[in-house]
Amino acid sequence: MSPGPLALVLAALLAWLAIGTLGLARARELVFVSRVLFPVGALAGLVLAAAGVIALGAPAQALVVPLGLPDLPFHLRLDALSAFFLILLGAVGAAISVFSAGYFRSSEGTAPGLVCFHYHVFLASMALVLLADDAYVFMVAWESMALSSYFLVTTEHRIAEIRRAGFLYLLIAHVGAIGILLCFGVLQGGSGDYSFDAMRAAKLAGHWPSVAFLLALFGFGAKAGILPLHVWLPEAHPAAPSPASALMSAVMLKTAIYGLLRVSFDLLDAQLWWWGVIALSLGLATALFGVVFAAVQTDMKRLLAYSSIENIGIIVCGIGLTVIFKSHGKTLLAAITMTAVLYHALNHAFFKSLLFLATGSVLHATRERSLGKLGGLIHRMPWVAWLALVGTLAISGLPPLNGFVSEWLLLQAFLFTPSLPQSFVNMLVPVAAAALALAAALAAYVMVKFYGIVFLGQPREPGLAQAHDAGRLERVGLVFLAAGCVLLGLFPVQVIALLDPVNEMLVGSTAGRGVAQNWLLLAPINADRASYSPLIVFLVVGAIVLLTTLLVRRFYHGRVRRADPWDCGFPLQTPRMQDTAEGFGQPIRQVFEPFFRLQRQLPSPFDAAPKYSARADDHWWHWLYLPIARAAEACGRFFGLIQQGRISVYLTYSFVTLLVLLLFVQ
Amino acid sequence: MTASAFLSQLLQLGVALLLAPLLAGWVSQCRAWLQNKSAPSLLLPYRTIHKLFIKDAVVAHNASPIFRVAPYIVFGAMCCAAAIVPSLSTGLPFAQAADTIALVGLFALARVFIALAAMDIGTAFGSLGARREMFVGFLAEPALLMVLFTASLISGSTSLPTIVDSLAHRDLAIYPSLAFAGVAFTMVSLAENARIPVDNPATHLELTMIHEAMILEYSARHLALIEWASALKLFNYSCIGIAIFVPFGIAAGSDDWAAILGAAPALAAKLAIGGFVLALIETLSAKMRIFRAPEFLGTAFLLAVLAMLVHLLLGT
Repeated sequence: MSPGPLALVLAALLAWLAIGTLGLARARELVFVSRVLFPVGALAGLVLAAAGVIALGAPAQALVVPLGLPDLPFHLRLDALSAFFLILLGAVGAAISVFSAGYFRSSEGTAPGLVCFHYHVFLASMALVLLADDAYVFMVAWESMALSSYFLVTTEHRIAEIRRAGFLYLLIAHVGAIGILLCFGVLQGGSGDYSFDAMRAAKLAGHWPSVAFLLALFGFGAKAGILPLHVWLPEAHPAAPSPASALMSAVMLKTAIYGLLRVSFDLLDAQLWWWGVIALSLGLATALFGVVFAAVQTDMKRLLAYSSIENIGIIVCGIGLTVIFKSHGKTLLAAITMTAVLYHALNHAFFKSLLFLATGSVLHATRERSLGKLGGLIHRMPWVAWLALVGTLAISGLPPLNGFVSEWLLLQAFLFTPSLPQSFVNMLVPVAAAALALAAALAAYVMVKFYGIVFLGQPREPGLAQAHDAGRLERVGLVFLAAGCVLLGLFPVQVIALLDPVNEMLVGSTAGRGVAQNWLLLAPINADRASYSPLIVFLVVGAIVLLTTLLVRRFYHGRVRRADPWDCGFPLQTPRMQDTAEGFGQPIRQVFEPFFRLQRQLPSPFDAAPKYSARADDHWWHWLYLPIARAAEACGRFFGLIQQGRISVYLTYSFVTLLVLLLFVQ
Repeated sequence: MTASAFLSQLLQLGVALLLAPLLAGWVSQCRAWLQNKSAPSLLLPYRTIHKLFIKDAVVAHNASPIFRVAPYIVFGAMCCAAAIVPSLSTGLPFAQAADTIALVGLFALARVFIALAAMDIGTAFGSLGARREMFVGFLAEPALLMVLFTASLISGSTSLPTIVDSLAHRDLAIYPSLAFAGVAFTMVSLAENARIPVDNPATHLELTMIHEAMILEYSARHLALIEWASALKLFNYSCIGIAIFVPFGIAAGSDDWAAILGAAPALAAKLAIGGFVLALIETLSAKMRIFRAPEFLGTAFLLAVLAMLVHLLLGT
């Protein structure tokens, strides 16, 4: 085995597999599994991230492992793109593993050791997806990733709803896998050689590159949750245990982004501008759809799942823009948008896993997922609440945290698009920028709703008084992720310098040349056009806050008196009078009414026990999925008619077929 | 950063901090005149702020630290925004650290914190106000961003001082893109500063209030900071409007102190006119139902996008 980062990565991968097997061997020993195996798995994650950092700067390393079928060895390759996603997987995976060490308890569902097995196989298969250098390994790893995550989703498999959610997830994962398989089939260009090297060398003629790109967009889109293949996300995420949802949302969706980047920028040698337009439009539609639906959710994990759809939309929209720039030879701009894409992928991994894990802690403390039954947890669970606040501000795209940096970069790229040859694309770009800005502003709405209803206000149920804060290991995981959000937000120049090898590899230009004029100032093109320095903004706002506090104390006083809330003098205030999740989402539901399939039950004025309910469903179910399901069922019924179960009938069928074939032959 | 640039930065921040309550006082004075009322003193906002600072802060029993920190953060964000927007000269070294997108981000930061603080006590009014504020914000924020983008596209920069430098040196003419953007900006400013027709700064009527509903629980120094921050926000918006649409008279750079000081009368005149126009709009229009607000702001948003498209089509 060759030494270097690839060896480290493989060591971490094997360590995960070994941990998984150990967990399987001692399936019922909760303490051993949670206190020994998961922390060791986290260490392996850190090793993986470190190896990724080393590999980012190093030349690509390849390795052929004599595994698999006799004449089909595993080709592995570690280049800048894989290295970047390995860092993401390692760092975020480590935090989630530490959190899981404190999280998993024995439950009715799967035994802890079995969960440990699925979890670590999931991690290892994601690492293998990122390392794969031929279609065969890629598909094997991709499928084991889908299967292991399916078992994680159905951890609580005694509940029928969770089994259904898992099935839906598996179904769409496989529909997507078919797309990817076909895409590789097109990419190999008839040579029969399925290694990625051969695909890079193959020159596809005519429309075949476009077919390959569209198949990749479909296949990876199913995994990432691009419209209209998003339906599994809001079902699977609430069903899975929180660390699993965090891992799926933060890392697994990114492997789909990795696949899309790998196919469209590495394996296909040229890009066409209209691919970019398709990706851009799909991405924007997905982003807006996701955020509008997130605003009306009442289940906190569903809300986060829809928000993941939104963020994936933003990432895909960035990919589309990169394709447009690259196809017109504007490599510097392409490098900037690619940086925004990668940065947002990294940011999303950090803040979304932070928020999913925080919901896990809330779920453990309160056994409640419905927003309408939470509230006031900042007093009971200060650690979780304050760390979740960091995630909330980051995901809302507020300076000086990390979500803002990637949005800033993407908006900058939009601003400097004009002068593309197609005036149609030039016109599309401002509209797209507007839609992106709208999605970002709505994200803030969604997150204020999420945070305000879960952590602020008064507890909506009496049982919440017994809620307890997260344990020590859970806190370590959360602190790690929150620190990541802050550091990624404050030091963008350093992060972008680190990302540059990926830009170099994918679009043939670096953003760093323009960016790193000054270690403090992020200025993609030059400081005259645009610059941003989160550290300075942070320090200035902080200084003003401190100074104001001191001056007010110095010249006036700092006295505080505690009293009952004022609330316009209304004395009969109860916690039930606060806004519920439905209430908070109601304006959005009203404005975007055509987006939803609304089902409302309004009480009559004379009702003694009035009940109000409103459901906002997804049109796609009724427009796309149910018709397909019904058609499949009808097909099945039709073929059921033919199936008589008697051998004489089948013999007749064979006879008739033979006759018909004979007719054709003549 | 030279000493003179630093001084010019400090001077403009100081001007914003000190003049902001005066502008708020001027608007309410104009409003009173237009409505045939006897006007309050121009200095009333200063007295109110001073009085509030003297009082003891009353905080609800179940308030979390977010409630107490929020006014300071909102005030800090608004000060930070004031340090980016050129009022007297374009010599603003701090503007390098935060461009127009960051400016919109700072406004959003303030909005999110005030909304979270409003939800913190758990009163019916607080969460109602927070919901409405975020509701207005989700359309106003992108519309503002699009207005700023139009200016950025024209001048090829997102840094406000550079925008002002390039816009101030163009020929005096009506630019269609800026005309659209101007209308959109006026509408957004009305909504963002809690003015009629979207909100009413002088109401405590529960069905209509937005901003006031959020700050009902605040008292004393916290309220003083919020009031000051609201005045600063109005001042910032006025200065953004001046900087983009009537940038004439703003000194270029920070070396020519005669020009910087000479810009003061021009600024005062523009602010006075702007404040009067604001009072006029508030007097002439009626408060609309909250669910008409999306139409109003949606129009602003579309106008702003149209401004960008017009710029791209006509190149002006």
